[in-house]
Amino acid sequence: MLKDSDRIFQNLYGLKDTSLAGAKAIGDWKDTKKLIAKGREWLVDEVKASGLRGRGGAGFGTGMKWSFMPKETGGRPVFLTINADEGEPGTCKDREIMRNEPHKLVEGALLAAAAVGACAAYVYVRGEFLREAEALQRAIDEAYDAGLIGKNSCGAGIDFDMYVHLGAGAYICGEESALIESLEGKKGQPRLKPPFPANVGLYGCPTTVNNVESIAVVPAILRRGAKWFASIGRENNTGTKLFCISGHVNNPCTVEEAMGVGMRELIETHAGGVRGGWDNLLAVIPGGSSVPMMPKALCENAIMDFDGLREHGSGLGTAAVMVMDKSTDVVKAIARLSRFYAHESCGQCTPCREGTGWMSRMMQRMVTGDMTIDEIDMLQEVTKQIEGQTICALGDAAAWPIQGLIRHFRPEIERRINDRQSSGTGRAA
Amino acid sequence: MSTTVEQPADFKFSAENKKKLKGIFAKYPKGREASAVMPLLDLAQRQHQGWLPRAAMDHVAELVGLAPMRVYEVATFYTMYNLAPIGENHLQVCTNLPCWLRGSDEVMGTCKKKLGIDVGETTEDGKFSLSEMECLGACVNAPMMQINDDYYEDLDEASTAALLDTLQSGGTPTPGPQNSRKGCEPEGELTSLKDSKGKADA
Amino acid sequence: MPKLTIDGIEVDVEAGLTVLQACESIGIEIPRFCYHERLTIAGNCRMCLVEMERAPKPVASCAMPVGEGMVITTNSPAVKKMRQGVMELLLINHPLDCPICDQGGECDLQDQAVGYGLDRSRFMEDKRSVKDKTFGPLIRAMMTRCIHCTRCIRFSTEIAGVPEMGATGRGEHMEVGTYIEKALTSELSGNMIDLCPVGALTSNPYAFNARPWELKKTESIDVMDAVGAAIRVDTKGPEVMRVLPRLNEDVNEEWISDKTRFACDGLKRQRLDTPYVRRDGKLEAASWDEAFAAISAKVKDMDGSKFAAIVGDMACAESMTALKDLTEALGSRNIECRQDGAKLDASCRGAYLFNSTIAGIEEADACLIIGSNPRVEAPIINARLRKRYLMGGFPAAMIGENVDLTFSCENLGAGTDTLKEIAAGKHAFSKILKKAERPMLILGQGALMRSDGAAVLAMARQIAEDNGMISDDWNGFNVLHTAAARVGGLDLGLVSGGVDSILDGCSSGAIDTVYLLGADEIDTDKLGNAFVIYQGHHGDVGAHRADVILPGAAYTEKNATYVNTEGRVQRARLAVFPIGEAREDWTIIRALSGVLGLTLPYDNLDQVRQRMLDINPVFGGDDQQTGGAWGDFGKAGSLDGGGFASPIINFHMTDPISRASETMAQCVEALLGEDKGKTGTDG
Repeated sequence: MLKDSDRIFQNLYGLKDTSLAGAKAIGDWKDTKKLIAKGREWLVDEVKASGLRGRGGAGFGTGMKWSFMPKETGGRPVFLTINADEGEPGTCKDREIMRNEPHKLVEGALLAAAAVGACAAYVYVRGEFLREAEALQRAIDEAYDAGLIGKNSCGAGIDFDMYVHLGAGAYICGEESALIESLEGKKGQPRLKPPFPANVGLYGCPTTVNNVESIAVVPAILRRGAKWFASIGRENNTGTKLFCISGHVNNPCTVEEAMGVGMRELIETHAGGVRGGWDNLLAVIPGGSSVPMMPKALCENAIMDFDGLREHGSGLGTAAVMVMDKSTDVVKAIARLSRFYAHESCGQCTPCREGTGWMSRMMQRMVTGDMTIDEIDMLQEVTKQIEGQTICALGDAAAWPIQGLIRHFRPEIERRINDRQSSGTGRAA
Repeated sequence: MSTTVEQPADFKFSAENKKKLKGIFAKYPKGREASAVMPLLDLAQRQHQGWLPRAAMDHVAELVGLAPMRVYEVATFYTMYNLAPIGENHLQVCTNLPCWLRGSDEVMGTCKKKLGIDVGETTEDGKFSLSEMECLGACVNAPMMQINDDYYEDLDEASTAALLDTLQSGGTPTPGPQNSRKGCEPEGELTSLKDSKGKADA
Repeated sequence: MPKLTIDGIEVDVEAGLTVLQACESIGIEIPRFCYHERLTIAGNCRMCLVEMERAPKPVASCAMPVGEGMVITTNSPAVKKMRQGVMELLLINHPLDCPICDQGGECDLQDQAVGYGLDRSRFMEDKRSVKDKTFGPLIRAMMTRCIHCTRCIRFSTEIAGVPEMGATGRGEHMEVGTYIEKALTSELSGNMIDLCPVGALTSNPYAFNARPWELKKTESIDVMDAVGAAIRVDTKGPEVMRVLPRLNEDVNEEWISDKTRFACDGLKRQRLDTPYVRRDGKLEAASWDEAFAAISAKVKDMDGSKFAAIVGDMACAESMTALKDLTEALGSRNIECRQDGAKLDASCRGAYLFNSTIAGIEEADACLIIGSNPRVEAPIINARLRKRYLMGGFPAAMIGENVDLTFSCENLGAGTDTLKEIAAGKHAFSKILKKAERPMLILGQGALMRSDGAAVLAMARQIAEDNGMISDDWNGFNVLHTAAARVGGLDLGLVSGGVDSILDGCSSGAIDTVYLLGADEIDTDKLGNAFVIYQGHHGDVGAHRADVILPGAAYTEKNATYVNTEGRVQRARLAVFPIGEAREDWTIIRALSGVLGLTLPYDNLDQVRQRMLDINPVFGGDDQQTGGAWGDFGKAGSLDGGGFASPIINFHMTDPISRASETMAQCVEALLGEDKGKTGTDG
């Protein structure tokens, strides 16, 4: 188990003072000026060396992403955009950072801006998080008043502004280019890539988009050193991570743990274990709704990091662990997620617009066994017609949970179909 | 669809809200006023009893320099813009997976039973509207619902009923978890950050 | 030049092209719905997916720029499967109503379904249906058929510059439309019908009238304005069913205006199908012999100076040539093509042409519009101006009515006062013109129809000369005509003392007989007691006043030459035969000349065209724009003050055909709220 002293988010639960004074008391804003003074290259290299991978779901190296930002921009300003459009079912970690540890985000934003040469940061907060946005705005105001950001931030000779922009209810705005579109005042429809935001992003300017958690851990990495961060977890899967454990556990919670913590250890140490005991476990979705589920057998020895979960055909995603015990109607659970993706499809490209609705309707029928056995394979095929063929990753995200269900629970699906058919109300093949 | 809604002929920002416009526009670079379209629509909706009439969209289009069509696109794309009148208390019950696993059906059922309305409906007195929401991002405090701007978490049948009673009697329930938790920490003993002294008020 | 490999073939292509374009360059066809070379790239239909080596996912070839060393596969089983997959998803919610869909037979979705569709549907759910929408009288919207390619949205936003179309809602509930019920107000809206790859947007007037395979297609030229857009006239039997654009990069690219497209139902109404002679004050149907005899009786031994002719806006060069020769044979030189009274100067060709050419607009770097509203006078040219504006670095300003041209164009003032400031080099915009390398001006008929038109013309010439608009390789002096006949008339020298002097002559009795060749936009009250011969195709203003009516052919009913505002000589072609007793126009005049004993020396079209060539060699330049000589034109003089006004008040009704068109009448009614529905042309 991670030592408390290695936890970055010392006030994760908001049990201490969340103001600037409180933040300083737990180490925020200490020697920020000195860190900035080490220069752009050092900042990027240090984050690279820490092995920090983006905490928003895709897991792309944060330092690597920053290194793609052009040094020469032809006079165009550079923007940092922080993705606080937290909406992946199961995920509720950025919310805690914004309301309990907002200064880590503000300081991290300043350091990230220094690393990529950005003049300003926009934090795109999902519209429903009004109170969280207010908490963040309070911290930003405090930082301005204390000279930590704004003109000559921290006295380090750089100018940096930070703004909160509220969304208005669209999961897709968590996709980085959709977020940029939305921030520009349009519908949140993902852009075609190339060009990538690093070259043509917000307002056509070089832009880097990072998740709240990725940015908020940057000050700790820089202060304690890349080596410290990299010493936690495994190679290529370093550092600490916020895990959100929800569903059928005794004590749902969000907790900071070491990457690579065992799934069972995580659930039992922090969430009070599976409701009814470990043996009552049916399956876990370990990384937010977009990753395939893992039946109990795979959970036993699963390791909670990028590579560990990929080995089991799933993924770390946002590290949102949704636990389902044996009472769960697992088909209904996935059908609910399918409905979510159909609801959140932006409608731009054919496979996702048409396919998410189709899959969702088939899943609704599957709940009651109102389909034929052949249709299971057909549904699998339809998920393949969507996966990889859309403009953004929402198509993949909609396909994977269904693929996971079919992979692991096909007998259960067939049982429903057969039961219904033997009751005389089933579909003709 | 908005076509069936009686639309006011005109919309203008109140003097108080007009003062806020400058601050909103100041967030975005010059020439990028279009970025203000979402905050302005939100401001308009708040001024107009929680829903967005077409005249307000047209007015916002004018203010930000966009074609009205572009604003209609935005207003119909995001779910938080209400294009028809909405009740005083907008009950937005999350029914996505983490909430469903922990009893959102009961929360929703309680709302329906106590208010006598279905999803998408408003009570006759205009006090309550009921909506089904996608994940609201408070999954370790499931099940939960949002009422207007605030989250009410760790709900069950009884606490949901209590919330509705408070609202019905004109009171304002305290947002946050409706059990003993403060936030996202595990209930009972802390498993980490054990030195956190007491449960200080924020 | 990046080198890439497509299906094993190595190919060098220009940098900046897309993979789809690279494929096309070597003849590999990539299916697509959303991609259109004149619109921005949307990449949303996903039909054009191809495999790219080392890419983890298939790529949309329409959106992927070519790169050195790319290896692309378009013919693998995987690609075929992807296309089949996308096709299935496009079809699941598309209605199976091809038998009652007007797009049938010319539907991209139908065509590609043949190649990539499955033979049966696997979709067991209810299909989505979308409430019908109305976009005004021109476009029939069946949005249940929409495949959300967004071409119409991109067209209205980018090309037309009237962003009325959009996609509201999201996911499978996303709907393309105007959101609020309204008639589209762009003059170019009909092009969305052509762009729509399915039957979501179809032509309303053409609805259920024909199937594409029943139609005879004739390539021709439009005459509803002076642009000379390339068109295709689709006919079934004796009837024009519809007019579609043809590609002509130099003129209309692939767009036409709504009037060009939709006024053709006016060809079926109020037609003159037999000669008429006025007897006892009443027009009575007559034979050709009777009509000619009535004319002969009047003019046979008449003093030539008492004869005059006015040529209207849609006359072809052939009939103008014949009428010019007949007028001269009768001993008169009084033939006038400037029926609107514009003080156009025919002394040199550069004085009355759109010299920069339409395509040349794209090379200009500043623009001054004087007394013109190109949006209604020539929507196609306006679209080209907008295209130039979108390229950036194109300061534009107008003197005249403050109108919305769909691009940024500053209104400097209403009329002559501002013009004088520019001429004196004192205006702020003068600096912009001076600084520009290829400045242009557009001079409209609204500035020339005034009594001081000649002085305005001279001043515009001076502005052009003083501001570097005239050089060896650039002529930015542009006259924008509104009439298809006008440049041809000027090229044939059909200028006399002006239309007012003829009308005054009629009023005073100095002129005894006047021949109106399709001249309907004149003040017929001023014709006094003159004997009026009207030759034309519609029972419009001129015919009502006529003493003898000679039924002629509309532009779709004859092989005829028109010269567009640029000076481009183009041919309209006979798509259907003239109605009833009506005849091709030059043959009528030729026949009349025989009755009068003044037989004109040509018996067939070739010979008339040879005669045209003798009068002016420009008529040899088929489809080419030949530049005009520059000279000392216009007449310096004092200006009357006041503002310039465009002659076109009502875009939808400018000529006998559009005035007879029911569709155009519906447009006027639909837009009544917008522009008060004024009718007719002014002047």
